[in-house]
Amino acid sequence: MAYNLKQEAKKPERFTGGHRMCAGCGAPVVSRTVLRALKPEDHAVVGAATGCMEVSTFLYPYTAWKDSFIHSAFENVAATISGAEAAYVAMKRKGKLPADGETKFIAFGGDGGTYDIGLQSLSGAMERGHDMVYVCYDNGAYMNTGIQRSSATPKYADTTTSPAGSVIPGKSQYRKDLTLIMANHRLPYVAQTAPIGNFRDLHQKAEKALYTKGACFLNVLAPCPRGWRYDTPKLMDISKLAVETCIWPLYEVENGKVTVNYKPKNKLPVEEYLKPQGRFRHLFKKGNEHMIAEIQAEIDSRWEELLMLAGEK
Amino acid sequence: MAIRDRLSGNEAVAVAMKQVNPDVVAAFPITPSTEIPQYFSSFVADGKVDTEFVPVESEHSAMSACIGAQAAGARTMTATSANGLALMWEMLYIAASCKLPIALSVVNRALSGPINIHNDHSDSMGARDSGWVQLYGETNQEAYDNLIQAVKIGEHPDVLLPVMNCYDGFITSHAVENIELIEDEKVKAFVGDYKPEHYLNDKENPIAVGPLDLQNHYFEHKRQQAESMMKAKKVILEVAEEFEKLTGRKYGLFEEYKMEDAEVAIVVINSTAGTAKYVVDQLREKGVKAGLIKIRVYRPFPVDEITAALSKCKAIAVMDKADSFNAAGGPLFTDITSALYGRVDGIKVINYIYGLGGRDVRTDDIAFVYDALLEIVKTGEIKSVYNYLGVRE
Repeated sequence: MAYNLKQEAKKPERFTGGHRMCAGCGAPVVSRTVLRALKPEDHAVVGAATGCMEVSTFLYPYTAWKDSFIHSAFENVAATISGAEAAYVAMKRKGKLPADGETKFIAFGGDGGTYDIGLQSLSGAMERGHDMVYVCYDNGAYMNTGIQRSSATPKYADTTTSPAGSVIPGKSQYRKDLTLIMANHRLPYVAQTAPIGNFRDLHQKAEKALYTKGACFLNVLAPCPRGWRYDTPKLMDISKLAVETCIWPLYEVENGKVTVNYKPKNKLPVEEYLKPQGRFRHLFKKGNEHMIAEIQAEIDSRWEELLMLAGEK
Repeated sequence: MAIRDRLSGNEAVAVAMKQVNPDVVAAFPITPSTEIPQYFSSFVADGKVDTEFVPVESEHSAMSACIGAQAAGARTMTATSANGLALMWEMLYIAASCKLPIALSVVNRALSGPINIHNDHSDSMGARDSGWVQLYGETNQEAYDNLIQAVKIGEHPDVLLPVMNCYDGFITSHAVENIELIEDEKVKAFVGDYKPEHYLNDKENPIAVGPLDLQNHYFEHKRQQAESMMKAKKVILEVAEEFEKLTGRKYGLFEEYKMEDAEVAIVVINSTAGTAKYVVDQLREKGVKAGLIKIRVYRPFPVDEITAALSKCKAIAVMDKADSFNAAGGPLFTDITSALYGRVDGIKVINYIYGLGGRDVRTDDIAFVYDALLEIVKTGEIKSVYNYLGVRE
């Protein structure tokens, strides 16, 4: 059935309002959209790494999660959910759970909990092939502790541990390409997506990941108004600009086969994406033009590489 | 009829796990506990259990997966040693605070550094305040028996705490001894089915585990956790009584060896108790009123019972196979002297740190300790409270 946001929005919410995530934050949009891709009759066991999402949605005695939920620590949501999934397999086998209906296992982690401190746990759980989906909501820094750089932070971004100073202009390194790292685990399904437009891309990828047997990985862009310093109503614009500039291409990898899902007709210059964000403000000072040119060259090269991987070049 | 066999400690523990047939085992190899997941994975491969075996990529993930599994409704077990236990550290506290009765066999090994694979108690002693029940065993038989009891203790509704089954690396884990195994069906009947009240995989009653818990609630939750540990002592004794009915083997909070009229005693943990009992026998032949206490339950710490057992002694040596590096005494010494303070006065208590990194503990070493105690009784003087045994200084 073709995707229809109006229809999808009629499903009962599994991630309720009233949580404490910031206005203009991408992360709750991501979790809500991912959960909406579940069949209403299926149960989910959701895990979250320590981070904004966890501390803002499950503050004792309140929870925003209608499904079962577990948080244990920062670096281990993949291992934690892999244990819950193993329990499900064993309990089903031993007849301890009802035979009908399915339970889906979903782990949410920010880029800190996924690219950095949780990378080992993620890699292990994915390699073992648990029937689970790991969703990274990538906002490109440790936002929960106050905007420190991560290996997902883009080059030259101003963060509180890679400050744009008078000598060093923000983060010195390029970001890690986690989506391709996960694709090279040869998982049944890996996708990179973002909450844009009517959420079709994110919804369909979430649905595919949830209903593909085995360990699946989604890397989802989740802009952060505090860390990126944009006006909160611009959340959707920023996400769209990330896709239109190809700084965040939408693509999927199914059993090793790469498909680019969206190729902008007119690829926008990266300035369009950088300009509305305070974390890149210093790049627009006179004399720093070469930094923007360098970012542009890096985006172009990664985009070309992706097209080659997809067999389009 | 009980089954007579000859097994190493690790094999005995793996057999206990096979008989319990847990839902999930998540483990990572580390000497000297490696054999446990090895034996267990062969039980899985040969279809002798229907457990889901999760061969994780680290001990941190082992404990994380155990937490996820037990919270999801599964009876869950794992095993580790030394640095593996240290890597689990963060998750040990979380397992206890989530009230998840995971059973962990800790095959005691010296904690790095320097790296050393042999036995002492620096690993599990460091985890003594993590909120886990800690059981210690001298022999293969005790390691086997303790694991089976650990399941029942941890899962008791008054407790709901994770339990460590600790025994000495190599000395107990790898030495083959005679053992009496319980029949499979009797083990199954003894532990019963695991029926948690709330669990993640109960789709009709979803739950949320592991909240952000701030000033308004955290303290109450820690107080409740402490209450579980206080109640554990009674449950441990009830389970031991039931176990004795099944096997004839008697377990308590600690073992008293020739303590009825003992004037000098040592307090010790795990395999060294075997060596020390031999020395006690020799001293008794010479007419020396020597005794021994071997700790079985270290957490909860049986303060009143141990005070009563030691109350008639004139001098006591507390043996610690781990140092606290507090320039004052080992962990067991600190606990024993705290227990005595204000309850029993006038007993002379000294401490020996011994056997670190697998240094052999000979009967001569133990005899030296009793001699020191007899000298204290004779002179009424303690020359040194905090001592090291069998080290070149």
